Amino acid sequence: MARPATARSRRGGDSPRVLPPVPGVTEDLRAHYSRNGPARYRGPALLRAVREAGLTGRGGAAFPAHVKLAAVARANGRKVVVANGAEGEPASAKDAALLYHAPHLVLDGLQLAVEAVGATEAYLYTDIRHADMVDRALAQRTDDIPVQVVEAPPRFLSGQETALASRVSGGLALPTFSSSRISEHGVHGMPTLVQNVETLAHLALIARRGPGWFRQKGTPAEPGTTLVTINADGRRLVREVELGARLADVITDGAAVLIGGYHGTWLPMTTALTLTLDNQALSGHRAALGAGVLAVLPHSACGLIETARVARYLAAESAGQCGPCLNGLPRIAAAMAELAGPRPRRGTVQAVERWAGLVTGRGACHHPDGTSRLIRSALTVFGAELSRHADGRCSAATDRPVLPLPSAQALPLTDEDWL
Amino acid sequence: MTDSTAFWYASRATGVVALVLLTVVFAIGITINRQARVPGLPRFAVTDLHRNLSLLTVTFLCTHVLTAVLDTYVSITPVAIVVPFASGYERFWLGLGAIAFDVMVAIIATSLLRGRLNRAAWRAIHLTAYLCWPIAFLHGLYASGDLRRGPLLAIALGCALVVAAAVTWRLASAARRPPRAGRVAAGLAAAEHRPRPAGTGQAARGPRR
Amino acid sequence: MTLTLRINPIACTGHGACAEVAPELIEADEWGYPVMNPGPVPAGLEREARKAVATCPALALKLQRDGNLSATENLRRN
Repeated sequence: MARPATARSRRGGDSPRVLPPVPGVTEDLRAHYSRNGPARYRGPALLRAVREAGLTGRGGAAFPAHVKLAAVARANGRKVVVANGAEGEPASAKDAALLYHAPHLVLDGLQLAVEAVGATEAYLYTDIRHADMVDRALAQRTDDIPVQVVEAPPRFLSGQETALASRVSGGLALPTFSSSRISEHGVHGMPTLVQNVETLAHLALIARRGPGWFRQKGTPAEPGTTLVTINADGRRLVREVELGARLADVITDGAAVLIGGYHGTWLPMTTALTLTLDNQALSGHRAALGAGVLAVLPHSACGLIETARVARYLAAESAGQCGPCLNGLPRIAAAMAELAGPRPRRGTVQAVERWAGLVTGRGACHHPDGTSRLIRSALTVFGAELSRHADGRCSAATDRPVLPLPSAQALPLTDEDWL
Repeated sequence: MTDSTAFWYASRATGVVALVLLTVVFAIGITINRQARVPGLPRFAVTDLHRNLSLLTVTFLCTHVLTAVLDTYVSITPVAIVVPFASGYERFWLGLGAIAFDVMVAIIATSLLRGRLNRAAWRAIHLTAYLCWPIAFLHGLYASGDLRRGPLLAIALGCALVVAAAVTWRLASAARRPPRAGRVAAGLAAAEHRPRPAGTGQAARGPRR
Repeated sequence: MTLTLRINPIACTGHGACAEVAPELIEADEWGYPVMNPGPVPAGLEREARKAVATCPALALKLQRDGNLSATENLRRN
C-alpha cells in the first residue's frame, strides 16, 4: 500500500500527537510504547477523562465522544465497539495515514474503549488496501478482546454509521432506517459504539496524558489537535494541526477552497484565509471541518467543472434506496454538467436550486443533504464563473481534473460493489 | 327442506362467493403493488377497497365454514376447520380448505395489527396470499363437484384467469425492474440524456425504486 | 401530547395514497414521493394523519407521540 504523505509544520512548537514524530515510518508496538507509555486512565476513569477533555468525534460529525461512550456503557447485554476506518471520502487520507503510521495508537484506543463500555466484541472496519497493514500490527499484540477486521467497500457511504453496522453484521454497506439509535441496536442488534479511528487515537493519548494535557492545544470549545488532509498543487498531504489554527498557515494560494470534503462547503480563498480551523469560526460562513478535508481550487481551474465532476460521483454513489435521492441527485448532476459547459440553458440554475432544496432532509441518511450543501455553496461562490459560462468563456486553463475521484470504472453497478 | 340441507347449500353458496371475493381482493392487491390506478378511484380508495373487501371475504368465509360444521349431512368437526386433513369427509380437499383458512386468518390478523408489527414480518405473511389463492381454488374445485359443472365452472375459470393475469403482470414487472444498484446507474444515464430543458415544465415520474 | 408524522424513506415507494388522503399534511413531489412539514401534526389534523398512516401500502408512515426527536435524529443519521 502506498504510504500516505504526511507533513510536519516548520512553524514553531508544533509537535504532533497522534502522528508519530518521525514521518514516513510505521510505529511498531515497541516504538509505540516507548513513545507513549502505558495507559493510566481506564474504565470509568477513562470515561470521566474523555468527558473532561472534551474530545469530539473526528469522523465528520464532531459529536462529543463521551456521550456515545456513556450511552453504550449504560446499555444492557452484550455490546460491540467498531473502529471506523472506512474513509469513504476520496479526498481524505488521514485515516489511512493513521493506520499506516500509528496503528497501535488506534488499536489501543479500541481496546480502551472496549474496556470502558464493557464490550465483548471489537471490530476494525477499513478498506481492503489497509488490511495487510492492520493484520501485521494485530499480529504484534496480545489484546484481551481479539479484533475482527471487516472489509469496507470503496463506497462514499461505507463509513456512514448505519451502513457500517449493516456491513459489520454481514450484509451490504447500505444505510438503514430505524427508530432506535445505534447505541441501542447496532451490529447484530447489539448496542454498538462506533468511533472514527482518529478519535480512538486521541482517546488512547488522553488515557495516558489526561484531559489537562489534551486541552493544552486547541480552543476551549474545541480542544485538541486534528488531522487534516490537504489537497493542493496536485498533491495530497496529511497534517496534524491544532484546532483553531489559522487556515492561512495550512493553505496559501488559490482561487477557492473546499472545506469538509464532498459534503462540505466552498469558500472564496480571500474569505478562507481570514478563518481558523474550528467549527465555531467556520459556522459563521456555513462551513464545517467535517473529516478535515481541505481541497484548493487553483486559479487555472474552474469551480463549476470540478463541482460537476463531484456531483456526478455523488449521484453514482447514492444507495438508491430513497426516492428523493435516487431521483434528485442524477438530475442535479446533469444540470451541474450543463452549468459547467458553455451557454447553459436558461432556468438551469433555478432547477438546481429547486432540486437541492427538494432532496434535503428526505433520505434515510445525509447523502442528499451533504450533496445539496456542496452544490449550493458552489453556485454562491462561483457566481462570477456562472456569468462567464453564460458568455461562453471559462476560467479553466487546462483539462486536467483537480479534485480526486475514483475512475469511471469504479462506479458501483451491482450489490457486490456494496460488500 | 331440512335445516341440514339449508346449511349445506349455504356453505356451498358462501364458498363460491368467498372465492370470487378472494379473487377480486387478490387482483386489487397486485394493482396496489404495481402502483397502478383504478379508473375513477383515488389511491387511498383502492387501499380502502382492498381492506374492506378482504374483511367481507372473511365474513363469507366464516359463514361458509360454520355452516359446513353445523350441517349434519356430512361430518365436519370444528377442529377440521383449522387443522388440515382432520375431517372424515373428503379428507384431502377439505384439508386444503383448512390450510387456506389458516393462511387467511394469519394475513388478516397481521394486517389488522399492522402498526405494531415489524414491517418485514407483516410483508412475509402477506406474501403467503400467493399460496392461499391456489390452495383455496383447488379446495373449491374438488371438495364438492359444484365448480366443475355449468355456470359455476365458468365462474371458477374466470377467477383462475384473473389471478393468472395478475400474477403474470406482477412477475413481468419484477423481471423488468433493475436491481437497486442498477437503478442508480440507470437514473444517471437517463438524466444525462434528457432532451427537455432542465427544470422547465412538470418532470416525468422518475424511476421507481 | 404532540404527534409527529414520520416517514421511513427506504420503505416508501412513492405510491402517493398518503398525499391524496391527507392533502393538508402531505404533498407529493414531482417524482411522487411525499413531502411533509417537519414538526408536530397541527391540531385538528390528527385524524387525517392516522388515515395517512393506515392507507400506506408500504407501511412507511408512523405516528410518533411526544419525545424530543431532534437529538435522536441527529445521532441517528450521521
